[in-house]
Amino acid sequence: MFAYGAAERGPPRPIRDPARRYDCAVNSVHDLGGMHGFGAVEHAEEPIFHADWERRAFANHLVLAFQGLYGPLDAARHAVERMGNERYLTSNYYEKWLDAAERLLVERGVLGAQELAERRAALERDAGRFARPASAGPDELAETVAAIIRGGDSPRREAAAPPRFAVGDPVVTRRRSPRGHTRLPRYARGAGGRIVGHHGAHVLPDTNAHGLGECPEHLYTVRFEAAELWGDAADGPGAVHLDLWESYLAAAGEERR
Amino acid sequence: MSHDHDHHGDAELEVRTRALESLLYEKGLLTAAAVDTLISAYEEDIGPLNGARVVARAWVDPEYRRRLLDDGSAAIAELGYGGLQGEHMVVVENTPAVHNVVCCTLCSCYPWPVLGLPPRWYKDPAYRSRIVIEPRSVLAEFGLALGEDVEVRVWDSSAEIRYLVLPERPAGSEALDEDALAALVTRDAMIGVSRPLAAALAP
Repeated sequence: MFAYGAAERGPPRPIRDPARRYDCAVNSVHDLGGMHGFGAVEHAEEPIFHADWERRAFANHLVLAFQGLYGPLDAARHAVERMGNERYLTSNYYEKWLDAAERLLVERGVLGAQELAERRAALERDAGRFARPASAGPDELAETVAAIIRGGDSPRREAAAPPRFAVGDPVVTRRRSPRGHTRLPRYARGAGGRIVGHHGAHVLPDTNAHGLGECPEHLYTVRFEAAELWGDAADGPGAVHLDLWESYLAAAGEERR
Repeated sequence: MSHDHDHHGDAELEVRTRALESLLYEKGLLTAAAVDTLISAYEEDIGPLNGARVVARAWVDPEYRRRLLDDGSAAIAELGYGGLQGEHMVVVENTPAVHNVVCCTLCSCYPWPVLGLPPRWYKDPAYRSRIVIEPRSVLAEFGLALGEDVEVRVWDSSAEIRYLVLPERPAGSEALDEDALAALVTRDAMIGVSRPLAAALAP
């Protein structure tokens, strides 16, 4: 399938230092869980898209992703995370997708930075130019898109080794700040929890986002008691659950690394 | 924090979108048919009505409810739903003692086949930052007051597994058929930030 990038598949490769190749930092502001200061949730009924550019930015992004033009889908996710903290917080959601598309397509040589800048300048002079072409009827790309909407693109893979943990096991998350994409949020690093689910092996986003291979690992749902994560600030009985890859976890009592 | 109108206005974003897409159409990497297939799928076909039908079926069919809680993706596929951004779905059930709520603190993960695209507030920093640390306060702001003894389970999803909340069936809905029940099931009830509509509101 497309989004996970068939071209990227192959034998697992070791994790190199992705910061040498990418401007990336995982401890960026997209990792929002537990922060204060954003105020009340603005819960308003709104249309799915607020402007026509949002509708097209959404659809364009996925059509490009399905063709593998971003590399693996995790690379597109990571591209949003590395747009810069200040811009991240002040950008509209689909603006983040647009920004990621611009950056990835230029980085990967699909578009030239100069041709993109020139096209933008031409449109700033005359916004009516370069209108989207009318549909010429169903085509192969549309069939591919329809098939992926229906069938998805599962990141589940055959497991190379048996799972290290079982449901019920107490675990501790590793405390680390890798320079790259990860799915272990800051608020749950170095925290103790318990395995409550096992989902087989899944592509490891930490390597896949950087073109370093799928390196599938067992994926577990881990339950963290609210008091373990937040101490006195926990607002009552409860827990937060996260889906975490095996290399994020140590057995409780194992030396923390 | 307000995101309604950001420092980049719609006019500038229209120009940026058009600049990018026009080059891609010229290179044959976008076609109007492909783009329109996606837009119509998520603007017209795939939305919370799918999830509402799943919930209503679980309310009337105990065997289905068991299958749904045991293997969400498979049971949801029985009703014809599945696919992109919902390849692996888990359904979590509310009870008088346990309330579930779904979020994605890192990005915007959401079960597209059953709920469609996420609402703006789900993707905004206020919800993503607060729902994990103070879920009761956030839910109270949504109008959902929970007893002190109710356990709040937050599911912070991160792409691979997508979560759907199976809300409690409203009191007084015993006489309603499956379609009438589905009409009570709101998107927000399946995210876990509200309860289903009252049975008296059934059409």
